[in-house]
Amino acid sequence: MSLASALKTGDIAELPSRRDEDWRWTDLRGLIRTLPAASPPGDAAALERGLFDDQATETIVFLNGRRLSGVGPVVVAAGVPRTIALRFVNQAHATAHHSALSIAVEAGAALTLLESHEAAGAAYVADVELNIRLGEGARLERIVLVDEADDAIAVATAEVELGSHADFAQTALTRGAKRQRCETRLRHGAGAAARLDGVYLLDGERRGDLTSEVIHNHLGGATQQLTKGCVRGQARGVFQGRIIVARGADGTDARMGHHALILSERAEVDAKPELEIYADDVSCSHGNTVGALDEEALFYMAQRGLPDAEARALLTEAFVGEVVDRIEHEGARDVARAWVAERLRAAQ
Amino acid sequence: MLSIHDLHVRVAEAEIIKGLTLDLPAGEVHAVMGPNGAGKSTLAYALAGRPGYEVTAGSATYDGEDLLAMTPDQRSAKGVFLSFQYPLELPGVPGLTFLRTALNAQRKARGEDEIAAPAFLKLAREKAAALKIEFDMLRRPLNVGFSGGEKKRMEIFQMSLFSPRLLILDETDSGLDIDALRVVADGVNAARAPDRAMLVITHYQRLLDYIRPDRVHVLAAGRIAASGGPELAHALEREGYDKYAPLGQGSGGQAAHLSAEAPHGA
Repeated sequence: MSLASALKTGDIAELPSRRDEDWRWTDLRGLIRTLPAASPPGDAAALERGLFDDQATETIVFLNGRRLSGVGPVVVAAGVPRTIALRFVNQAHATAHHSALSIAVEAGAALTLLESHEAAGAAYVADVELNIRLGEGARLERIVLVDEADDAIAVATAEVELGSHADFAQTALTRGAKRQRCETRLRHGAGAAARLDGVYLLDGERRGDLTSEVIHNHLGGATQQLTKGCVRGQARGVFQGRIIVARGADGTDARMGHHALILSERAEVDAKPELEIYADDVSCSHGNTVGALDEEALFYMAQRGLPDAEARALLTEAFVGEVVDRIEHEGARDVARAWVAERLRAAQ
Repeated sequence: MLSIHDLHVRVAEAEIIKGLTLDLPAGEVHAVMGPNGAGKSTLAYALAGRPGYEVTAGSATYDGEDLLAMTPDQRSAKGVFLSFQYPLELPGVPGLTFLRTALNAQRKARGEDEIAAPAFLKLAREKAAALKIEFDMLRRPLNVGFSGGEKKRMEIFQMSLFSPRLLILDETDSGLDIDALRVVADGVNAARAPDRAMLVITHYQRLLDYIRPDRVHVLAAGRIAASGGPELAHALEREGYDKYAPLGQGSGGQAAHLSAEAPHGA
């Protein structure tokens, strides 16, 4: 059951619903009564510049689910590291589309993937499916910036498989949508390292969902996960993080943190951190907090001349800044930081 | 410059300031001394406009304007600076970012141009050097992990950067060793000016050895119980606050006032 299979088969019963434990807070079945018509091809000439255009040397664009150039999987061979901007542009109005791409980073190769999910329409339903494989000792840093329309329904799923000693780092930033979900399913290789970070900044009636499942099946894998979110208005944030350490996956080191700020009375955050540990010799921890901005700090800042909205934006920016600062690619980090600052000030 | 008349302040249902009257002319430094619980910090917070400090009666006029009608950031832009007894830590907010944002917010509120980054850095470097503050400290998140003395020094640094006109120092001496006290006092003394007034709130006379006040007021049970010259601070040091606020009695103020105004021998 997935949005992808519902779009492919046209069968609404394929939509995940609240009866699926992993979808209880993002119930698509209850939301979509009839599947929208397939999106038209879209107008490539009307494409605006991408957020990461200045950072990347190659760009792959999916417009309404159709890839504008190239075919087949992206294969990155060892040698010169590559930086690819991957754009999913939704130029659709009340229609639906699905995009899929496979990416293979071969043994010893390195890739920076700068991914953006962009709105150029309204009320669309968009599904993105990525299949990512890292060979032995391969490296991939993936930055995902999700900027969907407020009445869109969008799901982006990445299946990630790590070879031994591979290094995968991901930062997903979302402002939500009517429903929006970034889901990552990752399987470790022996001695592999994964960083799975997230930021959600939700206002109005937007909902954003960061869900991940990490499976440690081999010796000596490491996972670090830090997600921070900020909700206001009537927005609702969802964080679901599951880490499974299978029997025999000794030496696993897994750390998970989720921290949220609730900035209005009607906003809501649902969090479900899960550690399932079947191995004996592991080091695992998780922390989960939900709070509000410090009123004393706000008064202190006001006393120094900051208007309330500016003080709140600065404190919130500092709060999520901890996650943004972990982005390794400098240009992408700057883009992400500016995007966060703009979102926080626009929402006041 | 600041004229407070019959001020009443309530905090969480309890009246803390009960009819306080005080005049602070431009160019003068007044000390407000008093025992714990007398309402010293409440006075400071009420003047700065802290939420939850409800003024139920009375007035505070600042440069002819109704201070109490302004939001805290408006008061700041008009030149009111409160040095906190416990300065806040701002995790993730670099000191320089905070200070430049704050300074520009004040300037914008006054209708002045923003100060550009290079000019700001030059100004910050000069002021930091004068207070023996390592410039690298300003790049770190504001006050995070700083010692008590470092935080107080940062307050005085901000004061010198913003050039306020009405300074309220709330227990600035608490938590300072003698060297830090001297640095802080030097900073405050350097800020004395004919168009600037200061309210120095303190429990102990020690700070007043370094910052010599023009007037000393004794705050007890929410009112000014006595006022006098600098010698009053020494009398308090010798005699304590007991006679100003006998527990459970609200009428001791008048007699105390008379004795405080009486001349004291050396």
